[in-house]
Amino acid sequence: MPVLEVKSIEKRFGSIEVLKNISFSLEEGEVIAIIGSSGSGKTTLLRCLNFLERPDRGKIIVNNEVIFDAEDPSTQRESEVRKKRLHFGLVFQNFNLFPQYTVLKNVTLAAELLAKERPDYKQNKKAILEEIQERGKMLLAQVGLLDKLDYYPHMISGGQQQRVAIARALALDPDILCFDEPTSALDPELTGEVLKVIKGLAEQDTTMIIVTHEMDFAREVSDRVLFMDDGLIVEEGTPEEVFGNPKEERTRQFLARYKKDQDLP
Amino acid sequence: MIISRLTESFVLNCKLFALTLLFSLPLGMLVAFGSMSRFYPLRWAVRTFVWVIRGTPLMLQLIVIYFGPGLLELTFSWPSGESGRFVASVVAFVINYACYLSEIYRGGIESIPVGQYEAGLVLGMTKRQIFFHVTLLQVVKRIIPPIGNEVITLVKDTALARIIANKEIIMMAGEYSNKGLIWPLFATGIYFLVFVGVLTLLLDWCEKKLGYFRT
Repeated sequence: MPVLEVKSIEKRFGSIEVLKNISFSLEEGEVIAIIGSSGSGKTTLLRCLNFLERPDRGKIIVNNEVIFDAEDPSTQRESEVRKKRLHFGLVFQNFNLFPQYTVLKNVTLAAELLAKERPDYKQNKKAILEEIQERGKMLLAQVGLLDKLDYYPHMISGGQQQRVAIARALALDPDILCFDEPTSALDPELTGEVLKVIKGLAEQDTTMIIVTHEMDFAREVSDRVLFMDDGLIVEEGTPEEVFGNPKEERTRQFLARYKKDQDLP
Repeated sequence: MIISRLTESFVLNCKLFALTLLFSLPLGMLVAFGSMSRFYPLRWAVRTFVWVIRGTPLMLQLIVIYFGPGLLELTFSWPSGESGRFVASVVAFVINYACYLSEIYRGGIESIPVGQYEAGLVLGMTKRQIFFHVTLLQVVKRIIPPIGNEVITLVKDTALARIIANKEIIMMAGEYSNKGLIWPLFATGIYFLVFVGVLTLLLDWCEKKLGYFRT
């Protein structure tokens, strides 16, 4: 049973069709890498999954539950959208950490706010908050930042900030973790540490969708690769298939362009 | 003797200043939300109101608000005497400053990157939680300098209350200068200067307090 099924998603902004009939599914523990040139719709697809954009057509199904159906307004109620978002975690290209909070608080804030809705919050407040703190520290240890708990975002490097953002996205224990070009805003020497953390998550069978321009990384970390072009999934397959022996002309052109860029001095 | 009368009258400027800030700071936020509303009739009503208030002299607004009810023969009227004149001044100042402040708030809110809002959304926060726990402090940090400008202007604007015969410090000094004694009028400047000096220190302190993070 797939964790996620995306069925015939379409999205247009004005007269521009950004997503044209996108369908794919994702198994538990699977890692999908989405590659493609800028403007191909990769980011919009992630934003649709996270309810930051509303698709014009199509369905999104998580754990067999239809969480979005463009035809059915009852799946789009604002009050429920908030809960549904929690199926997904999203790591942004430019981190979007909250600047006024420490690293630890960035990770725990959302969980603390959500805990207030628990019926036993008043009685067990102290225990609940302690548990959230412990989990926050555990996650920050996992991304290798236990020594930066009390730092503010501007005091740490971009790579460290993105690792905090990953811990923050994990804090609410999403079913599917999405990455929107997680290393594109980083200096080249800082991408390694972020990619290493994502690789670590893949090894622990975290279900992930990774939009990336790092071809070597996509090849190494993913179980399946989707190549998107002009709002369509043009090619889909294992990394070996897509990178080693692409069937479609457009995929070949795209990969060749990347290779050429990399071979430049 | 003259000094103590000037000081007594300056108390009215201080009261007007404090009450105006107390009410216009939160009211300005409401006006800002109105001017950003996605319900367009409300948005344009609020923006038109802000245009009228910012587009006419505060002195004129004081007169309209104080004499308006009587001229229009409304059942409402201000309390008689000194207290009525003071309350009408507070109302006029609050409306005027709320409009100016609302534009500063709006600019501050709109300057926060949309990514902050989206980060809150994907973490399952409500719009309200995002505003109070994510956006607000960042807005406050950004708007302290322009708010400081308004606050300092307000100190000196309180002297306008004399137009509806509030006995504030310039009015008091004017009584002496009318009789040929000019120095009390010049002395009022010292009161304003000292007040603004203290405020400047306070505003600097606030900026330092929020200096621990960068937006």
